[in-house]
Amino acid sequence: MSDNRGRGTGENSGSAPYDFGGAWQPSEIEIARRIARKKRNRKNGFIAAFSSLLVLGTLLVVLVTSPGWITLRDTFFKWAYGFEVLPKIILGFGTNATLTLIAGTSVALLGLLIALIRTSRSPALTPFRFLATIYVDVFRGIPMLLVILLVGFGIPALQLKGVTNNVLILGTIAVIITYSAYVAEVIRSGILTVHPSQRAAARSLGLSHIQTLRHVVLPQALKRVTPPLLNDLVALIKDTGLISILGVTDAIRAAQIQTAKSFNYTPYVMAALVFLAVTIPLTRMTDRMLRNSLERQNAQGQA
Amino acid sequence: MNESGMSAPVLRVEKLRKSFGDEIVLQDITFSVPEHTATVFIGASGSGKSTLLRCINLLEQVDDGVIKLDGADISAADVNPDEVRKKLGMVFQAFNLFPHMTVLENIILAPTKVQGIGQEEAIAEAFKLLERFGLRDKADQYPDRLSGGQQQRVAIIRSLARHPRLLLLDEITSALDPVLVNEVLSTVRELKGEGMTMVLATHEMGFAKQVANEVCFLHHGKILEWGPPEELLESPKLSETREFIRRVHEAGRL
Ligand SMILES: Nc1ncnc2c1ncn2[C@@H]1O[C@H](COP(=O)(O)OP(=O)(O)O)[C@@H](O)[C@H]1O
Ligand SMILES: [Mg+2]
Repeated sequence: MSDNRGRGTGENSGSAPYDFGGAWQPSEIEIARRIARKKRNRKNGFIAAFSSLLVLGTLLVVLVTSPGWITLRDTFFKWAYGFEVLPKIILGFGTNATLTLIAGTSVALLGLLIALIRTSRSPALTPFRFLATIYVDVFRGIPMLLVILLVGFGIPALQLKGVTNNVLILGTIAVIITYSAYVAEVIRSGILTVHPSQRAAARSLGLSHIQTLRHVVLPQALKRVTPPLLNDLVALIKDTGLISILGVTDAIRAAQIQTAKSFNYTPYVMAALVFLAVTIPLTRMTDRMLRNSLERQNAQGQA
Repeated sequence: MNESGMSAPVLRVEKLRKSFGDEIVLQDITFSVPEHTATVFIGASGSGKSTLLRCINLLEQVDDGVIKLDGADISAADVNPDEVRKKLGMVFQAFNLFPHMTVLENIILAPTKVQGIGQEEAIAEAFKLLERFGLRDKADQYPDRLSGGQQQRVAIIRSLARHPRLLLLDEITSALDPVLVNEVLSTVRELKGEGMTMVLATHEMGFAKQVANEVCFLHHGKILEWGPPEELLESPKLSETREFIRRVHEAGRL
């Protein structure tokens, strides 16, 4: 193969770059490059493993050799006892899970509705826009614990006919009220980030305002705010525990009852692990879903 | 201006005026677009071309004047813009494809949701158009994976799928590499050949010469000079027009 700098065509040069006919064989340069890459990957893997072992090992050694380690182990990490009380905690977690499902669905709907009202421009909705703004301002500003107490103890105190005194229901309502205000703002910010030109394009195709929202604006907006919404979902799972203050037995309350009996804190650790067992897979799963959908849509892949 | 046609023009704009706050962006705009003809607007950036097209499409509310589509006043207060837009197609400088939908979904959205055409029929029609413009193999791609020229052709197909009475094209090649400009322009030439009625804003003088029946020079919101493309582009009467055309030439876009 000559170092051919003149003019030529695919037919007469016969050199690799224009030889479309034959089966392609990687060149020597490419083969060398692949070997070098493999070597570098192996080296990187080794460095990662070594540094992880070193750091985690050091932490472990510091922990077990510390003077209070034995007491700590016996009061927080008594695994045999932990597994004994685990069923009760899981039973309590059933309450958290149910509440999360019910509250999560309601929050999604109510939050979306409030966000749509706040971003609408229809004159007919003016009073609702005003109310929605006040709603968000108020319930984002009050600590949720207070809302739970006000709703959970306040409403029964009113002794209204036909209104429930069930603290579980009242507690759930309090959670929904607070979270809807947060979620509405997240969704609203997502709607605002969709460029006006997208709306213009949809409207000039003859889509109505509602159709534009439904098919063009919301799909893009919701995709963008999925990470913060997931954040709120994880927070919701944990915050459902707050209504235990009204006397509902959830995972935290169940652990507390056990701890009070035995003066051993392992049930708390078990409760923490139960929460993690749900929230971590949930986070990973949503991350993956989001990444896949972005990868399909974007040429540059995930950035 | 172009008042000669026997039948009523598809579009007739009379004494249109539009301002944003204190800035008068368009004034005294009067012109007609007879069926199967193309009117091309040229003019410097900021002269009001986009605003004019957006007014025709009712994306902007005019301050004064009348816009008639097939003789019907579409600038009247009681007109439903959604109904008017069903008869108009608009293609934007920045394509404005929907990034969360595939090419096919972009094209069938309006036919299925607005015109109530069945999914299968809409898809068949979309494939026919994609085939015709050499984009059939891109049907399932997301817009971001296409070249700029391909995206703009998809945007044109998306407007065509609705069988518009009038097509509005707003500097559809200004966001494209010179190499990609041609594939888009030849698409438009083809449409012109088929008798599509169009209003265009463009900087491509050579292209304007080929497709325009009438060229209007927009300067600070007024139509300063108008006429058949050969006359206006080759022997402009006013010094402003000459100056503008000279500058476009210098920018190398003839
Ligand atoms: N929504 C708007 N609000 C205020 N000014 C605007 C708006 N849209 C356009 N303009 C102004 O109107 C003038 C004409 O703009 P445009 O129609 O986009 O010009 P062209 O398309 O010819 O470049 C410009 O001075 C621009 O700043
Ligand atoms: Mg413009």
